Amino acid sequence: MAAVPDGQIESDSEKETKPDVLNDGAGNITGTSTGVLSSPPNAASSATGDTKPVAPPGAEDQQTLIAVLQYLRKNNLLESVDILRREAGLSDNADDSQGADGSSLGSGGNADESGGANSLLNRVSIATPAAPVPAAPIKDDQPDVNVVLSAYSQKGDTALYETYYTGLKNFIESVLDCHRAELSQLFYPLFVHMYLELVYNNHEQEAKAFFEKFSGDQECYYRDDLRVLSAVSKREHMRGNETLLDFRTSKFVLRISRDSYQLLKRHLQERQNNQIWNIIQEHLYIDIFDGMPRSKSQIDSMSGSLAGETRREANKVKVFYGLLKEPEIEVPLDEEDEEAENEEGKPKKKKPKKDSLGNKSKKQDPNAPQQTRIPLPELKDSDKLDKIMNMKEATKRIRLNADTLPSICFYSFLNAYQGLTAVDVADDSSLIAGGFADSTVRVWSVTPKKLRRVKSAADLNMIDKESDDVLERIMDDKTASELKVMYGHSGPVYGVSFSSDRNYLLSSSEDGTVRLWSLQTYTCLVGYKGHNYPVWDTQFSPYGYYFISGGHDRVARLWATDHYQPLRIFAGHLADVTCTRFHPNSNYVATGSADRTIRLWDVLNGNCVRIFTGHKGPIHALAFSPNGKFLASGATDGRVLLWDIGHGLMIGELKGHTDTIYSLKFSRDGEILASGSMDDTVRLWNAARAFDEVETDDFTATTGHIHLPDNSQEMLLGTYTTKSTPVIHLHFTRRNLLLAAGAYNPQ
Amino acid sequence: MTEREERRFAEVSRDSVKLMAESSGVELSDDVAALLAEDVCYRLREAAQSSSQFMRHAKRRKLTVEDFNRGLRWANVDAVCGHGSQEPMPFRPAKEGELFFVEDRDVNLVELALATNIPKGCAETMVRVHVSYLDGKGNLEPQGTVPSAVQSLSEDLLKYYQQITRAILGEDPHLMKVALLDLQSNSKIAALLPYFVYVISGVKSVSHDLEQLNRLLHMVRSLVQNPYLYLGSYVRSLVSSVMYCILEPLAASINPLNDHWTLRDYAALLLSHIFWTHGDLVSGLYHQILLSLQKVLSDPVRPLCSHYGAVVGLHALGWKAVERVLYPHLPAYWANLQAVLDDYSVSNAQVKADGHKVYGAILVAVERLLKMKALSLSQTAAAAAAGEGGEAGSRQQQGLSAGGVLGFRESSPGLSPPPEPLAEAGLGIASHLQAGGAGCPWEDWTPVPLPAMYSELYSFFGDSLAVRFSTGPEVGSGPGSSQSHAGGPADGRKEPPGLERGAGGGAGSDTAARKMPQLTANLSISPRQDGSPRTEPAPPSLAATAPGRSVARSSSSSSSSVQRSRSSSSRAGGQRSSSGGGGGSGGAGGSSSRDVFPKARIFPPPHQAGAPTFSFLIGGRQMGRRCQGRRFQTSFASPSPAGGGASGGLSAMPPRTYAHKLPVIGRVSKPVRRWTYSHYSLHLPL
Repeated sequence: MAAVPDGQIESDSEKETKPDVLNDGAGNITGTSTGVLSSPPNAASSATGDTKPVAPPGAEDQQTLIAVLQYLRKNNLLESVDILRREAGLSDNADDSQGADGSSLGSGGNADESGGANSLLNRVSIATPAAPVPAAPIKDDQPDVNVVLSAYSQKGDTALYETYYTGLKNFIESVLDCHRAELSQLFYPLFVHMYLELVYNNHEQEAKAFFEKFSGDQECYYRDDLRVLSAVSKREHMRGNETLLDFRTSKFVLRISRDSYQLLKRHLQERQNNQIWNIIQEHLYIDIFDGMPRSKSQIDSMSGSLAGETRREANKVKVFYGLLKEPEIEVPLDEEDEEAENEEGKPKKKKPKKDSLGNKSKKQDPNAPQQTRIPLPELKDSDKLDKIMNMKEATKRIRLNADTLPSICFYSFLNAYQGLTAVDVADDSSLIAGGFADSTVRVWSVTPKKLRRVKSAADLNMIDKESDDVLERIMDDKTASELKVMYGHSGPVYGVSFSSDRNYLLSSSEDGTVRLWSLQTYTCLVGYKGHNYPVWDTQFSPYGYYFISGGHDRVARLWATDHYQPLRIFAGHLADVTCTRFHPNSNYVATGSADRTIRLWDVLNGNCVRIFTGHKGPIHALAFSPNGKFLASGATDGRVLLWDIGHGLMIGELKGHTDTIYSLKFSRDGEILASGSMDDTVRLWNAARAFDEVETDDFTATTGHIHLPDNSQEMLLGTYTTKSTPVIHLHFTRRNLLLAAGAYNPQ
Repeated sequence: MTEREERRFAEVSRDSVKLMAESSGVELSDDVAALLAEDVCYRLREAAQSSSQFMRHAKRRKLTVEDFNRGLRWANVDAVCGHGSQEPMPFRPAKEGELFFVEDRDVNLVELALATNIPKGCAETMVRVHVSYLDGKGNLEPQGTVPSAVQSLSEDLLKYYQQITRAILGEDPHLMKVALLDLQSNSKIAALLPYFVYVISGVKSVSHDLEQLNRLLHMVRSLVQNPYLYLGSYVRSLVSSVMYCILEPLAASINPLNDHWTLRDYAALLLSHIFWTHGDLVSGLYHQILLSLQKVLSDPVRPLCSHYGAVVGLHALGWKAVERVLYPHLPAYWANLQAVLDDYSVSNAQVKADGHKVYGAILVAVERLLKMKALSLSQTAAAAAAGEGGEAGSRQQQGLSAGGVLGFRESSPGLSPPPEPLAEAGLGIASHLQAGGAGCPWEDWTPVPLPAMYSELYSFFGDSLAVRFSTGPEVGSGPGSSQSHAGGPADGRKEPPGLERGAGGGAGSDTAARKMPQLTANLSISPRQDGSPRTEPAPPSLAATAPGRSVARSSSSSSSSVQRSRSSSSRAGGQRSSSGGGGGSGGAGGSSSRDVFPKARIFPPPHQAGAPTFSFLIGGRQMGRRCQGRRFQTSFASPSPAGGGASGGLSAMPPRTYAHKLPVIGRVSKPVRRWTYSHYSLHLPL
C-alpha cells in the first residue's frame, strides 16, 4: 500500500485508479488471450490470468482483498465487488466473517464499514497482530497516517531510552569483531524509531537530547535522513512528513547471520530489555542467514537505502533477461543486391550475416522470455527499413575496448539560461530533443535534413495520393527549419524520450502529465494524466507502443500510447521514482528512486522482481547493458554501481565522479560504459572487464554476499572534461561514436 | 537541540513572529509566538527540502525562487510572488535594527520607455556540436567557441570591452598594465576579438600620437599572447596594423623630437612574434610581409624612416630574410644612403640623422646575418659529417635562432611553431616574389658564400663592420668612423641607455660610447697564434678524427646555448646598466687594436693549409647603476668556412675556466619590456 502524502482528493483518485485497472483486467478475462498483438487489454488480461491461479491468497493477501472489497462496497461499486470476489475465490461468508473479525479486533464495537476497513489497514501495515491497537477515534481525512503513527502510542518508559540505547551500544561494542559489524546495523533503525517514539509521546527535550547524543554514531550515508529527522521535534510535524511515513510503513530490513542474531537475542533476554525487543519485533525485519558473518565493507556496500537491505527472497524470482529474437527480414536481400553492384565487398559480408541471424533465431536463448510473453506491436515497413539501416551501420561499427576509446562529440545547448532539464537523442542520432524549464519541448535536427510539418488537411486533399513520392509530397517545405518548439506543458519538462521509429516524442512534466507529440505535425496528440504529481521521467519501450513514467507519487506507471489510463502501476518505492528505463527486451522495467533503491518490475504481471540496494543517494541514472544481463545505476553520491540482473547481485562499484550522475550509457557492443555527471565530466569505464571479473560461484549467488575489489581506478578508461557544462545525456551512435549533451552554463 | 543544531537551519525568532503579527494587527503572547516560531522554522525546512528536489531534477546546482515556489505549491501553500528575478535581491536591515527588508527601487518608466539602448532580448537557444575528444584522446579544441551563442554581445562583455579599451587608451599607466595583463590571460573574450581588432585597426587614424600607437601595439601583443584566443583570419588584420606602424611615415615622425624609432622597433618585434606564433594561420603571410618590406626598401621616394622600418622588420623576421631581401638590395640602396650621409649641408642635418639610423640598423642586420651564416655553416659542416642533410642543419639553426630571438616564446612551448614554415617559405619564396622583385634576382638567387658576403659588406661599411668585432677601449673613445660619429647625438639624447640604437648607430661615437658596454672581440688564430689564455691549446692529433668533430659540435652547441641563455638573461640588465665605458676584457692580450683584424686574416683563403679558425670572445664590464664593474663575456667560435671543420671544432671549446666566474647579468624587474629591445643590442644571441 503506497502511502499517500496528504489530502483526501489525492488518496481517493489514487485508489480509484486501482480498481479500474483491476476492472480492466477482469472485464476482459473472457476474451481470447491470443488475439491481435497490439492489444493491451489482452496483455492485461493475460497478466491477471497468470497470477490468479499461481497465488492462492495467503492470510495477509486475503485481508488486503477484503479491505479492497469493503472500499468498493462503500463506494457502491457493487459490480466490481462481485467480479473481484468471484476472481479471488472468496465467498461472501469469508468476507463477512473477516469483516466482522476485523472490526471486532479493531475499533472495539465501532463496527461500521470505515472502521472495519481502517482496522484492516491497520493490521496490514502493522504486521504483528499481537500488537495492541489503540482504539483511538480515527479522523476521516487521514486514516492511514494515524493508524501508522498509532503504533507509537504504546506505553513505555521513554525516559529510559537513553539507557537502553547505551546498553545496547555497549553490548555491541563488546562483542567479537566478526559480529560487531553485523549488529551495528541495528543502531540506525533503533535510533530512528526510538527518536520518533520520543517525539510522538511529546518528550521533546528528551528527544533532542537523545538525538544530540547518538546521531553522531550513525553511518555517514544516513546524513540526509538524519537532517530530516532532526527537524522533526513535535508530534504535529510527524503528520504529513513523508520520510517518517516511510519508516513506519515499511519494515527496515537487516541481514544478520544466525550466530550474531542468537547473540543479540540472548543479550536482550538476559537484560529483560523488552523495549528494544519490541521495536525489533515491530519495525525491523531481520533476515537471518546461515554462515559466516559479513564484514563491514560487505555490509556497507549493500546498505544505505531508506528501508535497509533487500530481503533475500525478494530477488529470487527468475528474470528472463535474454533478448528477444530479431525478426527475420527478407526485404533487405534485394535492396542490398542492388547496392552490391556498387560495392563489391557487400555480398560477401551479407551472406555470413544472414546465416548468423538464422542461427540465432533457431537457437532460443534459455534466458530470453517467450517471444509473445507480452504483446508487441507488429513491425511496419518503415521499421524494417530502419532495422536494415541499423544492421548496415552496425557492420561499420567500431569495436571499442580499453585501447580504442570512442570519439566524443559534445552537443552544447547555448543560451539555455539554466533551463535545460532533459535531453534525448533519437536512436539513429538524427534528432535531439530538449525539455526546458519554461515548459517547452524543442526538437532539433542534427543532420542537414530540416524538420518539416505535414501539410494542412486542405492542402493534403490536393495531393495526388497515387504518386510514388506521396510521402514526400505531404511534407510542407515552407515549414522547414532546424528547430521545432512544442508548447503544451505547464511546468518544467523533466523527461523526454523519442520512440524508436522517430514518429513520436514523449515528455513528462512537473504539471503531472505525460504528453505524446507527433513528430510529423509537431503537435501534441495525447496528454496522459494519472500521476497528479510531478512526473520525473518517462521512456518509450524499445519496441514502441508502451512507455513508462515515474514521478513524485512514488509509483511508476506503464502506459500504452492508445490508452489514456495506465496499464500497470508499479508501486513499492518509498520515495519519488526518479528515473525509469525499459529493459532491452521490453518485458521488464527498471526504476530508480529517491529511497535509494532500484527496482526491477515485470511488465507482464506488475510484480517487483528485483530490489537493488547499495546507493547512498537518490538514483538519477539507469542503463541496461545491450545484452540485457546487466544494469548500471548512478546516483547523487557520484558512484556508478553495476548489477547482475540474473543473480540479483551487485557486481561492481565505479567511483570517480564528484557530483550527481545524470546520465549513463553502454556502448553498442556493451564494452564501454560512459557516465556523465554534474561535475562537468564524461567518464569512460571498462564495462567488459567489470563483467568478466565477476565471480559468480554458488556461494555468492545463494547468499548474495559479494566482496567488491576496490578497483575503480583500473576500470576508469578516461575522464573528459567539458567547459562548465554539466553532462545530462549520453548516447552512442550506431557506429559507436559517443554523443554527449548539456547546457553551457556561463558562470 | 543545541546551538550547533540551531545554526544549521534558518531560524525565525520569536520576536520576528511577534513583529509580523503586530504588523497585521494581532497581539501574541510569548508562548504562542514561540510555538509559532518553531513551527515556522519547521515548515521552512520542509519547504526547502521539498523544493530542493525540483532543483535536482532540473539538473542545477542553484536553488531558485521558482523551485521554492513549486515546493510550496505542491504543499498547497501560496507561492511567494515577486522574487523571480535572476538578479540578486539586496536584503538589508533598517537603521533601527530588528527590521529587514528587500530593497525595492523605483523604476522610472518614462526613462525606461524612452531609453535609446533598448535591452537586447534573450538570444535563441541553440545546439552546437563539436568534436571534443577524438578516439578518446586529446582535446582538439576547447569546447565550442561561445561567440556563436552571443551574437549580440552580452552586457557584461560589452562592459568589459568598454573598460578595457578605456583603460588601455586612457591616462593611467598602471591601469593600462592591468588591462593588458587581463587581455593576455582572459579566456572568455573570444566574442570580443573582432571588436578589439577593429580598435587596433584604428592605428591609421592616430598616426600623430606615438603614445596611442604604442598602446595599440601593446594591445596587439596581449591579444597575440592570449592562449585562449584563436585569431584565425584576424591575423591578417593585425599584421597590417603592425606593418603600418613599422613602415608608414607617421605623422609623428615629422617632429624629430618624437621617438618613433622605438615604436618601429617594437612593431617589428611584434611582427616577428605574430609571424612565428600565428604564421601558420594565414597562408603566404611570410611572402606578403617580405614583399611589402622589399617594396618599401626599393622605393627611393619613401622617407628614410620607412626604410628604417623595413630594415628592422627584415631583421626581426630573421637572418634569412635579411639575406634574401636586404643583402641583395644593398648595393642599390647603398648609393642613396651614401648620398644622404655625404651631404654636410645644414639643411640636411635632420635627414642625415635619419640616414644614420638606417645605417645603424643595416649594420646590425648584416652583422647578425654574418654571425648566423657562420654559425649555420659550422652547423652544416657538422651535420654533413654526421650524415645529415645540410638543409636540416640550417633549418635547425633557424629554429635555434628563432628561439633566441624571441626569448618569451620559450615560456609558451605550445605556441612555438615548427621550423618547417620558414624552411618552406625559404624554398617557395622565389616563385612568389618573382613578380614584385624590384632589383633582386629572385629567380636565380643563390646563397652567397660567407667570405664573399663579408668582403662585399666590408666594402660598404669598411672598418665599422670590423669594429663591431674588435672594438678596443681606445676605439670607443677614439674617432672610430666618421659616419657613426654623427649618428650618436640624436640617439643618446632621447633614448634610455643601452638601447640598440646606440649600438647600431654609433658604436664609436663619443656620447654613445659611454653608454655602451665595451666589447672586446678576441680573435685567436688557434692553435698557432694563441695569445689568449682562455682558449685551451688543442691537441692537434685529435683534430682530424670524427669523434673529435662530434665532440666539437656538441661543445659548440652547448656553448652557444650557454651563451644564449646568458645573453638572454643579460639583455635588459646589460642594456640598462651599460652606460659608461667599461674596462677591456681581462685577457684580451692582442686585441687592443682593430688593426689586428684585417679581413684577410679572418677569412684566410680556402686553399691555405692548416685551416686556421677563429673564435670570438666578447667581454666587457658592466658599468651600470646596479651592477658595478661586473664582468661579462660571451664567446663563440666558428670554424673556417672553407671546410676547416676538422680543426675548427676543438678550438671552439669555450673558456670554461672563466665562464664560471661570470656573474649572471640582468635580473630585471620589468620582464614585459625585456624582450622588446633584446636582440638589437650587441649581445646577440647566437
